[in-house]
Amino acid sequence: MAILINKDTKVLVQGLTGSQASFHTQRAIEYGTNVVSGVVPGRRGQTHLNLPIYNTVECAKRLTGANASIIYVPAPFCKDAIIEASENGMEIIVCITEGIPTIDMLDIKAAIDLNGSTLIGPNCPGIITPGECKMGIMPESIHMPGSVGIVSRSGTLTYEAVNQSTLAGFGQSTCVGIGGDAVPGSDFIDILKRFEEDPFTKAIVMIGEIGGAKEEAAAEYIKSHITKPVVSYIAGVTAPKGKRMGHAGAIIDGGKGTAFEKYAALQRAGVTTVRTITAIADALKEVHP
Amino acid sequence: MNLHEYQAKNLYRKYDIPTTKGKLLTHPSQLDDILRTIGKDKWVIKAQVHSGGRGKAGGVKLVESKSEANEEVRRLLGSRLVTNQTSAKGQPINSIFIEEPCDILDEIYLAFAVDRTTQRIMIITSSEGGMEIEEVAEKSPEKILRNPINPVVGIMPAQCRQICDDLGLDKTLSAQMIDLLQKTYKMFVENDLSLVEVNPLVITKQGYLMCLDGKVQVDNSSLYRQAKMNEIRDESQEDERELKAEKLDLNYVSLDGNIACMVNGAGLAMATMDLIQTYGGEPANFLDVGGSVNEKRVIEAFEIILSDTKVNGILVNIFGGIVRCDIIAGGIISAAQKMNLHIPIVVRLEGTNAKEGLELIRNSSVSVYEEANLDKAAKKIIELTNLDSKKNTEKEEN
Repeated sequence: MAILINKDTKVLVQGLTGSQASFHTQRAIEYGTNVVSGVVPGRRGQTHLNLPIYNTVECAKRLTGANASIIYVPAPFCKDAIIEASENGMEIIVCITEGIPTIDMLDIKAAIDLNGSTLIGPNCPGIITPGECKMGIMPESIHMPGSVGIVSRSGTLTYEAVNQSTLAGFGQSTCVGIGGDAVPGSDFIDILKRFEEDPFTKAIVMIGEIGGAKEEAAAEYIKSHITKPVVSYIAGVTAPKGKRMGHAGAIIDGGKGTAFEKYAALQRAGVTTVRTITAIADALKEVHP
Repeated sequence: MNLHEYQAKNLYRKYDIPTTKGKLLTHPSQLDDILRTIGKDKWVIKAQVHSGGRGKAGGVKLVESKSEANEEVRRLLGSRLVTNQTSAKGQPINSIFIEEPCDILDEIYLAFAVDRTTQRIMIITSSEGGMEIEEVAEKSPEKILRNPINPVVGIMPAQCRQICDDLGLDKTLSAQMIDLLQKTYKMFVENDLSLVEVNPLVITKQGYLMCLDGKVQVDNSSLYRQAKMNEIRDESQEDERELKAEKLDLNYVSLDGNIACMVNGAGLAMATMDLIQTYGGEPANFLDVGGSVNEKRVIEAFEIILSDTKVNGILVNIFGGIVRCDIIAGGIISAAQKMNLHIPIVVRLEGTNAKEGLELIRNSSVSVYEEANLDKAAKKIIELTNLDSKKNTEKEEN
C-alpha cells in the first residue's frame, strides 16, 4: 500500500509522442508501471511504444480504462490538457511541464476542484510508489520500497532525500514532488493528510524552500493532525532577498516566507528540522519508529 | 518582468483607467518642449527605474520653475538611484517622466496581486495610502482589506461595493471606484500580469479618482503570448549576467562570495549554497542549469560563472534525473580545455548516468576533484579555495 498510485493504477500519457515523454514513458514501463495508452490530438489510430494513441482522454478512458494521467504537453496547451483529464474522470493527474502562465493555473485549479481530481505539479518530478508505479521523471534506481513518505517542492532535493532514506535502509512508501510554482495543484497539506492515513508510511520527510507561506500552513496542520514523525529541511537560508517592486508581496505574505520563519513554525509544531540537506538520514534514524 | 511607471500608465490609458498626463524625457534637450505642453508652473519630475521607494530616495521631485526642472533633470538623468528596494549599486536612470501635479484631497492604496494561499487574484486596499503602507500592514493590519476574486465568475459588483464602503467613499466616488476596479481586473487578466500596485490612488480636490503611480509586473511564463510586453522590456534595468543567463535558459543570480556553484534544480542549488555557507564558505552565485541542459549549455554556464572575477573555485553538484550526468561531464571537460581553467573544481555527480560521467572525467586530461558525498564535496571546495587565495596572497607579498 502507498498513497495516490500503486500497481493497479492505469496510466494514460498526454503528449506521449514528444521526446521527453517517450524517454520517460519507456523507463516507466520498464519499471513495471501499468501504462495503458497515450493521448495525442491528431494521432488517433497510431501506436507508440506499443501503446494505442487516441485523440481524446474520453476515448482513451473508455477503451483502455485509464484512471490516472501524466501530462508532458507544452505549456501553452496545458490548461486544455489538464481540464480535459479532470472533466473525463482522471482521479490522479500529474503535470511535468514547466512555465504554465499563472492566470491559466488559477482557472485550472478552480475548474478541477469542482471535479475532485488531484493534480500534482505542474513543474514537478511527479510521483513514484517504489516497486509499483512511476508517474514522473525521477531516476528510479535510487528508490526502494519502504516506510518513509517524502513530499517536496523541489525535484532534485527529493532525489537527495530518497537516496539518503534508501542508503539508511528505510526505503519509501511514496514520493511526491508537488512542484515549485506559485499556484501548484496540490500543496503539502494535501499530501501530509494522505501519508497520515496510509498505514505503510511510518515517518514523513517534508522538504520546503523559501517564498510563499505553504510550509507555515503545513506546520499548523502537522501540529493538530499529524501523529507520525516528520523531518523537514528548508532550502534557501542563504538566498538573497530578491529585488522587488512595490509592497503587495510583502503585505500578502505578512512576514512569512523566509527560511527563518519557516523553521520556527515547523519547530513549534514538533517537527525535527535539519539545517543541511545531507543531515536527513541521521534525523530519520533518530525519529523513525 | 517589470514595467516602468510611464509604461504602466500607457496601459492604464488603454483600459480607460484615470491617470495623470505626462511625457517621457530621455535627453535634456527635450525638456523645454515638454514643459511647454504639460502644466503651467509646477511639474513632478520622476526617475524611471524598476524599483519602489523612489520618493524617499530623491527620485521623485516637485519643481516650481523651469530652471529647477532643468536642474533636477540634469541631476537624475544618467545617474543611478539607490532605494531601500534596490541593491547598493542602484538602478540606472535612463529616462524621466514629467507630469502635471494634481490637487490631492486623500490617498488610497490599491493593489491586485496573485495570492498563493487562496490561489486567487486578491484586491488589496487601504484608506492609508502613501509611502508607509508596509508599516500600516505591520502595525494596524485591520486597515488593510483583502478581497479575493473567484476566477470562475471574475470580479463581482458586490465585492466592489464592499470595498467602496470599507474605504468610506461617497456615492460619486464609489461609482468611479467600481468602474476602476473592474477595468483593472480586465487589464490584469488580459495582459497576464502578476502585480498591479497603485500607491497612491488619489482623490483629487475636484472629486475625481486618479492613479498617481503604477507598478506593474508581467508573469514571465506568459511572455510567449504577450509579445507586446516583450517589445517594451527595458533590459538596462536588469543584471547583465542574469540577463545573459536567462537568454541561455539558465537560472542565475549573482552573489557576493567567491565559490561558484553549478547545480541542476533550484532547490538543490539553494541547498548547495546553504551547505557552502554552513561550512564557512561564501557562494558566488545561484545557478540552476535546468532540466534540458546539453554540453553547449554547460560551457556557456561556465562562461557566465567565470565572468565574475571574484570566483576562485567551482563546485558542480548534479543529481541526474531528467539531466544526464555524462552530458554534464562532457561539458565540464570541454569547458576546462577551452577556457584553460586554473582554479580548483570539485565535481559531485549522482543519479542518471553518474558512473558514465565519472568515467569520462577520469579518462580526460582535465584535473578536477570528484567527490560522491555532497558534504565532503562542499568541504573540499572550501578547503581548496582557501589554499588558493592563500597562495595568491603569498605571491603578492613576495
